[in-house]
Amino acid sequence: MENIPLVLIISSLVKILIVVHLLLIGVMIMIWAERRVSGWMQDRLGPNRVGPQGLLQPVADGLKFLFKEDLIPDHVDKPLYVMAPAMLLVPALVAVAVVPFGSSITVLGHEIPLQIADINIGILYILAITSLGVYGVVLGAWASNNKYSLLGGLRSSAQMISYELTLGLGIIGILMLTGNTLSLRTIAIEQGAYPWQWNFLIHLPAFLAFTTAMFAETNRLPFDLAEAEQELVAGYHTEYSSMKFAMFFMAEYMNMIVGSAVTVTLFLGGWHFFGLENMGGPVWSGIISFGIFFVKTAIFLFVFIWVRWTLPRFRYDQLMNFGWKFLLPVALTSIVVTGTLWITTNSRLIVGIGNVVSAFIVVSIVAGLLVMRTPKPAIQDSDDRLTPTALDAIE
Amino acid sequence: MNAEQILFILFGAVSLIGAISVISFRHPIYSALSLIVTFFAQAGLFVLLGAHFVAAVQVIVYAGAIMVLFLFVIMLLNLETLSVQGAIGRKLKGLAIILGILFAAEGIYIAVNALNDTAVASAESGAAAVTTTTYDIGELLFSKYLLPFEVTSLILLAALIGVIVLVKREGQEES
Repeated sequence: MENIPLVLIISSLVKILIVVHLLLIGVMIMIWAERRVSGWMQDRLGPNRVGPQGLLQPVADGLKFLFKEDLIPDHVDKPLYVMAPAMLLVPALVAVAVVPFGSSITVLGHEIPLQIADINIGILYILAITSLGVYGVVLGAWASNNKYSLLGGLRSSAQMISYELTLGLGIIGILMLTGNTLSLRTIAIEQGAYPWQWNFLIHLPAFLAFTTAMFAETNRLPFDLAEAEQELVAGYHTEYSSMKFAMFFMAEYMNMIVGSAVTVTLFLGGWHFFGLENMGGPVWSGIISFGIFFVKTAIFLFVFIWVRWTLPRFRYDQLMNFGWKFLLPVALTSIVVTGTLWITTNSRLIVGIGNVVSAFIVVSIVAGLLVMRTPKPAIQDSDDRLTPTALDAIE
Repeated sequence: MNAEQILFILFGAVSLIGAISVISFRHPIYSALSLIVTFFAQAGLFVLLGAHFVAAVQVIVYAGAIMVLFLFVIMLLNLETLSVQGAIGRKLKGLAIILGILFAAEGIYIAVNALNDTAVASAESGAAAVTTTTYDIGELLFSKYLLPFEVTSLILLAALIGVIVLVKREGQEES
């Protein structure tokens, strides 16, 4: 403990400061990007008045949130109502600690990895911390003492528990082919410099399942049933105003950024890109690798916005069916197939092909079974055809 | 006092405070939250022992999954403030006193043993020396403890099938 050189202590502090601020600035950029890209996709302008291209719009929004009255309704459970936004925000901030955002920089003879903490259980840490985010949503919803909020919270907790499984199982295939560690840094390093060596091709079904589950975990469309505006006013944050409301939104964007960064690390080769990350000296290669990681994450974040305006929201029973009957079997099969083929053939190519083929087979079997078991819809009141859901049971 | 001891006292204190507030809060939601705090502090203690994997699993399984289900149930049933009353309450109190005495005896036994530097204390110092990685645990599970591991998985599978059967029957009765 006492023998740590001063350079490493200072560099850790600097890294923490940089990463936290990058995350906060990233949230602002995401708010701007979301509104501008949405506008572009819907053939309208979006905010373009404050600053060049409307870039200062998030600052204006932030100021407005700060100066709004911080209203606490009379009927809420006060301690939990105040705590809930923080309980959502803190896991989002803390999770970024183990994400490796670049190779390394050499300063004064010390090699400084571009990562706050390279811990042995990296990916488990991410899963553990993100699984806590649900408390902010659920407790905020409950403390609001409002039936729309509560429905949103209940939906969210059921959804997060269901999709967390896929999130965890989707990673196991990668872990089997990576050396004996769960460290995110090792996973990133072991993927080669070229796109065809990255994990997303070897584990294509797991990659798709993982990404879908991540959309659900971040409560983004098409999985934002917890705040479905048409049904629940604004879901779990209906009763929130001012900065507390803003904290809910910041947490959502932070979760998106961290989720994208983790996906890039796990599946998209981390900071590798055609050997470009090895160019330059010991300092420049680190900065270039960070740039590559940044661009990859940004592209993935764009996909988040893109999907939002491409897919309509699921109905609640569709959401549960999709999670349990399609994503989970695909993730489970990918584990079995990856393990079996890797032990028998020791070839990444065969594992990749086997994964895709087996996923196709599983999906078609499940779809076939569902079609066979669904009774032919009789032409009567549309109410009768809706499958009973957990929410019906509550009522 | 080094950093490790300070952290141990911190996590131990938080875990005790959480455990006490589980039973002293009158509202089930606050009790559940206190339990989560306790789980967290215990995860911290596991990290201090070098058992990172166990710490992560503690948070993922207990704090992340089981307690969410607890909250879900509490909210669904809309439980209000609970109190121990009536004839059943008196019987429960008698039971609680007996259990309390048993637990206190256990605690005292462990504390005395720890002071005499026997069983518990030596096991603790032995564990602190080894950093158990996920790799080590996996290797042990699939070699030395293969049979217990498989038996556990079979029990879990049985429970899983049982749940599905129970839920299915109820659903069919309704319709």
